[in-house]
Amino acid sequence: MTILLSILMLFGLATLAPFINQWFPKVSGWLLSLVPAGLFAWFLGKIPAVVQGIPLAETYPWLTALGINFSFRLDGLSLLFALLVTGIGALILIYAGYYMRSYQKTNRFFGYLVFFMASMLGLVTASDWITLFMFWEFTSVSSFVLIGFKHEKSAAREAALQALLITGLGGLALLAGLIMMSLPYGNFSFDAVINAPELFLESKLFIPATILILIGAFTKSAIFPFHFWLPGAMQAPSPVSAFLHSATMVKAGIYLLARLHPVMESQDLWIYTLSVFGVVTMFVGAWFALAQQDLKKILAYTTVSALGTLVLLIGTSTAYAITAALVFLLVHAFYKATLFMMAGNIEKKTGTRDMRKLGQLSRFMPVATAISLLALLSMSGIPPMIGFIGKELMYEAKLNAPEAGNFILMLGFLANAFTVFVSIRFAYEVFWGKKVTFQKKPHEPDVSLLTGPAVLVLISLLLGIFPNQLADLLGPAFQSILPGAQLIKLKLWHGFNEILLLSFLTVLLGVVMFANRQKIIQVVAYMNLNFFNAKLSQKFFSGIDVFLNLTKKKTAFVQHGYHRFYLMTIFIAAGLLLLLTIQSTGFSVDFNWQNSPLNYLTALAAVMIVAGSVAVITAKSRLSALIAAGFVGIGITVIFVVYSGVDLAITMVMVETLTIVIGAMVVYHLPKYLDYSGVGSRIRDGVVAVFFGGVMSYLALQTSSPAEMDKISDYFAANSYTKAFGENIVNVILVDFRALDTLGEIVVLALAAIGIVALLKLNAHKKSSR
Amino acid sequence: MKTEILKIAAAHLKPFLLVLSLIVLYRGHNEPGGGFIAGLMAGMAYVIYAGAFGVEQAKKLLLAKPLFFMGLGITVSIFSGMIGLMNGAENFLTGVWTSISFGDYSLKLGTPLLFDLGVYFTVAGMLVKVIFSVMEEDA
Repeated sequence: MTILLSILMLFGLATLAPFINQWFPKVSGWLLSLVPAGLFAWFLGKIPAVVQGIPLAETYPWLTALGINFSFRLDGLSLLFALLVTGIGALILIYAGYYMRSYQKTNRFFGYLVFFMASMLGLVTASDWITLFMFWEFTSVSSFVLIGFKHEKSAAREAALQALLITGLGGLALLAGLIMMSLPYGNFSFDAVINAPELFLESKLFIPATILILIGAFTKSAIFPFHFWLPGAMQAPSPVSAFLHSATMVKAGIYLLARLHPVMESQDLWIYTLSVFGVVTMFVGAWFALAQQDLKKILAYTTVSALGTLVLLIGTSTAYAITAALVFLLVHAFYKATLFMMAGNIEKKTGTRDMRKLGQLSRFMPVATAISLLALLSMSGIPPMIGFIGKELMYEAKLNAPEAGNFILMLGFLANAFTVFVSIRFAYEVFWGKKVTFQKKPHEPDVSLLTGPAVLVLISLLLGIFPNQLADLLGPAFQSILPGAQLIKLKLWHGFNEILLLSFLTVLLGVVMFANRQKIIQVVAYMNLNFFNAKLSQKFFSGIDVFLNLTKKKTAFVQHGYHRFYLMTIFIAAGLLLLLTIQSTGFSVDFNWQNSPLNYLTALAAVMIVAGSVAVITAKSRLSALIAAGFVGIGITVIFVVYSGVDLAITMVMVETLTIVIGAMVVYHLPKYLDYSGVGSRIRDGVVAVFFGGVMSYLALQTSSPAEMDKISDYFAANSYTKAFGENIVNVILVDFRALDTLGEIVVLALAAIGIVALLKLNAHKKSSR
Repeated sequence: MKTEILKIAAAHLKPFLLVLSLIVLYRGHNEPGGGFIAGLMAGMAYVIYAGAFGVEQAKKLLLAKPLFFMGLGITVSIFSGMIGLMNGAENFLTGVWTSISFGDYSLKLGTPLLFDLGVYFTVAGMLVKVIFSVMEEDA
């Protein structure tokens, strides 16, 4: 089994998922989870090899001429992420199998979800920048369709579009950055940059490339000032929020930063940017979580804060910081996925996730309460959960931060205290608190809905008590990020020291804040409204509106809707370009009638064409003009026959016939000619027509004049039968020599047909609604 | 437009045109013909029929929706390009030929012919789809 095969298996599952859900709706979640669970086990089995430093690596040639390969590698960091994707993915599928039952069109939902899983696995195992980028974009697209899954709601559509535009923009920046970074190497493999960073660091493109890559990572991981798409993304169904928008996809940016860290760690630009944006995001996220009432919004903002923390820790770049980042990455994925699933459960059983309308749920769902409490303990960093170890390490890292340690420590302390505050609030207001009357009595969520959360909190608990089990997994990942240093030993109990004191103070501050929650929420809401009312999300949309208006104006200038002017533009432009091209080749026209002797058939055709043209111009009704135009066409057909272009002649006859038939159908519905075009416009049209006709004649004369030019037609004539086994050269060109062009053409044909039908249907719809 | 003469003509022309279109498709590689012309002919068979009997009636005679034929056509064309790749060719759309013998007579088959079949389906589907839509708009 190979890495590629594991990814392909998931892509295969994505295509099958809709059918599996259709045929076995009751157990689809469990069935679907078998594949990621199996892959999880396979990846677990790879731990010993990775620990020994023998990473699995595969390369498949792709665009070798450009130095692009389809390559994958499973080192410590990739393995850690692969385990997260497949492990949490399997649990999410079990959960979603039950959760999505009340939704419509769930078949496609499972397809999208598994497709995302496959893309994410590809992203974290790729070892070629372009391969990584491809999967990166796949995850953006699947995130778009999943956020907009309830597409009847305009809020969901807007949120999906916003997320797509922001991550898409970041994706483009990332691509540009990766290309700039790889230019000095001539290929796109990870190894090239990691083994010889100086080539990139000393190149002129270092600064722009780094900034572009950072934009890519920051948009994906919802780092300030791009953080606002993530709370909007809560429009997605809960399994999506739990999987994409807390545990995996938003960590893709973190993964990229970690991946590039060994290359960049010596650069101030890198270290300072990560630290500043990380610390700001950490604080902003925690602050905005304070006054939220929607459970999922709270979780979204704390996720933003967590992502900021991770960026900050990578930017701090000490052994403590990187260890803390790795532990916190796991911790956060565990508790946040759990809490998102529980928020979904609560909404499912009570019909709301507004904290003001919830209360005393512990009486109705004790098991769910216990699971949520454990996850909240982990989030607040209270022993014996692994969250405690994560927080201890974080404080340790911030205390020992090389620069601005105190400032970062203070903001980190506040952010953590805020998190404790919202955790207590979550627990109290939802599970105890005031008595509320529910429309229907809530009860314990079903087994499938609790399996995933239960497994994740159990792991958080066990790892908290036996943290050293993680050393094998985290050690190699640590080596991928900070080679040369050692993973800090993980312990639950560090003894009484200043860090424990900090932890204690954090919890104390959280509790004190909770005791004064009324006031705090009021003040924060007031401040948000009056001072921090940035409304980035709305600004984003008004920016988009401005842009759309601008493009509308530009488009209206070019696309005015007058068919005659379109034709005129095309004819004039084509004529001028052709003329320019002919002139630049520098041949003179050779009016040699011997090249094309006149006979009675061509003379007849010429008469037909000229007569038809005159008739078109002077026709008094559309129908007669149409028929006269048909005459012209038949005249041209005769010329094709005379010069043995039989294929063309047949096609021409058909096209002419069809044109007249369709034209007649259309003409029937048009009003009669009411006013004729004036003299002025006739002269104008005449000038354009004569000009274009003249250029085409000139071109025809030019091409038939015997010139010293290699003609491609000679090649076709010589090889048509010998190489392509066809005597009809026209056909051989179409289906063999230039088949790719033809393929493009039939695709265009099909698209045009769909476009025409859509326009017609739209018109019919308008008519009927009038 | 629904005259008896047109009806009789259309009913008889349809199978004739369809068979003819297949012949034109096959002979295209060596003699005048090919997928595009043949597709137009096949599409015309149904268009004329629809002209005589109405779109609803003509739709019933289609084996599948026109959109399906368009998709099928593009799929067949792309697939014909993959055969070469599967046979170890370096480039997409590399031609592969084989021949089937029936006694003295041998039928030469190649991926270009398959490609042309895709063109045939696409063109026919496109024609029928567009003209039927226009006709329905009329009605």
